[in-house]
Amino acid sequence: MGWLLDPFRDPIVQRAALEVVLLGVTGGLLGCWIVFYELAYGTESLAHALLPGLVAAALIGVPILIGGAAGLLVAALAVARAGRAPGIGRDNAVAVVVTTLLGAGVLLALSRATPPGLGELLFGDILGVSDGDLWLAAGLAVVVVVALRLGHGRLLAVGFDRSAARSLGAAPALVDAVLLVLVAAAILVAVQGLGNLLVVAVLVGPGATARLLARRMPAMMAVAVTVAVVGGLGGLLLSYHAGTAAGASIALVTVALWVAALTTRALGRQLPSGAS
Amino acid sequence: MSARAAGDAARGGEVLVGAHGLAGGYGGGGPLAIEGLDFELRGGTRVGLLGPNGGGKTTLFRALLGELPVVRGDLQVATRCAVVPQTERSRLDFPVSALDVALMGTLARLPWWRRPTRDDRRAAAGALERVGLGDEARRTFGELSGGQRQRVLIARALVQDAGLLLLDEPFTGLDEPSSRRLEALLADLAGDGRGLLISTHEVDQARAWDLVLCLNRRQVAFGAPDRVLTRPVLERTYGAHVVELPGGGRGVMPAHHHDHEHA
Repeated sequence: MGWLLDPFRDPIVQRAALEVVLLGVTGGLLGCWIVFYELAYGTESLAHALLPGLVAAALIGVPILIGGAAGLLVAALAVARAGRAPGIGRDNAVAVVVTTLLGAGVLLALSRATPPGLGELLFGDILGVSDGDLWLAAGLAVVVVVALRLGHGRLLAVGFDRSAARSLGAAPALVDAVLLVLVAAAILVAVQGLGNLLVVAVLVGPGATARLLARRMPAMMAVAVTVAVVGGLGGLLLSYHAGTAAGASIALVTVALWVAALTTRALGRQLPSGAS
Repeated sequence: MSARAAGDAARGGEVLVGAHGLAGGYGGGGPLAIEGLDFELRGGTRVGLLGPNGGGKTTLFRALLGELPVVRGDLQVATRCAVVPQTERSRLDFPVSALDVALMGTLARLPWWRRPTRDDRRAAAGALERVGLGDEARRTFGELSGGQRQRVLIARALVQDAGLLLLDEPFTGLDEPSSRRLEALLADLAGDGRGLLISTHEVDQARAWDLVLCLNRRQVAFGAPDRVLTRPVLERTYGAHVVELPGGGRGVMPAHHHDHEHA
């Protein structure tokens, strides 16, 4: 059992573990709705496209959080505008915007004036989380839990049948807006620890895995949080023992859990009297 | 009391909806979506809503739900309206049970910070019993048959405590036994004193109901089926697509029967 527990005697790993658990709660719960509102691509796009904001913040010397928020706003506006451009299709427009912004961010980051640390912005520094990061992640987790609990019925009604939701007393535009704000806040907070490229793993991976395994939203959320936390802690262990980058290891374990769920389900379906 | 007798007894039921010279559109000075509507819907009646696709059936539902600006005339709605949409429009892969869907009917009357209480759950389970799906409450909505899904959505309208149900082509895609079962349920609900506005393409089916409203952008006719469902009225409703069916029935071939894109 030493291999399992020893790494967590290290205070640095303890802090990282707390951060991944907090982000896991947020990412697992939100991920279920991201999957069912088909926001996975949008989430990934926003997470990638806010890079110029992060780099600019590092250049000017303002907090990364503020830079990220500005980057997110620019990205959201650009995506919204490009989506309306005639003739190229929404997905293509979004892809162009995201690639442009990600490229611009990398260019900025490679300029001489930028303090070293592009890797940190892209892949995060989960082992270097500050007290502020931890408080932020904890605050976000509380907000997400409360908001999703209060909004559960309306999120369900709008996701189930958008056209009839209004007659049931749920305003689709408001529900969408609340969900998007939560997703944006989660990206912003998670990007500190997991980096611009890997944040998607914790926001989308667990929800996608849970969808394969659970048949009701509450069960799905429980599975997703478990997957996110196990993926996070497992990633830290892998990183500790194999000497791999922490953020990338977390993403790897999370995706491995998804593949395992996919395989399990495929095998379960092949059994003659599949217990369903 | 037979369904027919129930309908007759309630024909003098209270007025649920009164439309007088009603015209409505999506605003901005655009064209009117529907106009010239003059009708009254009473409790305890089943009213068939006939018209081509794009003829304003869904738009009329939206007007009754208060989602369509009234441009001219007057629309009085004296009861709670609930829409029973076509089930293909809902996400069939959504992780909800029949009970979860019925519970959505409590949203409007609960304050936004409150979750359904045990009484709400009991009411939802009771509504599923009422539509004959008490044993299916825990099943995933998407796994139910088309007829069962339609009845779950009716149960949701009952949980909403709706006095007027707006049913959007509820018989589309149902097999014969499911259709009969739904027909019986609708008669039963009319027996409660509820009003039912049922959009349909089946003219012969509408003959069995209490009233018919023919709509093609404007009101073509409104009244008892045997008076309204004549060839000239149907031709004005559907254009010239009325065909004679073998067996004396008068069928209608709408231009795009299987085209269900509504906004």
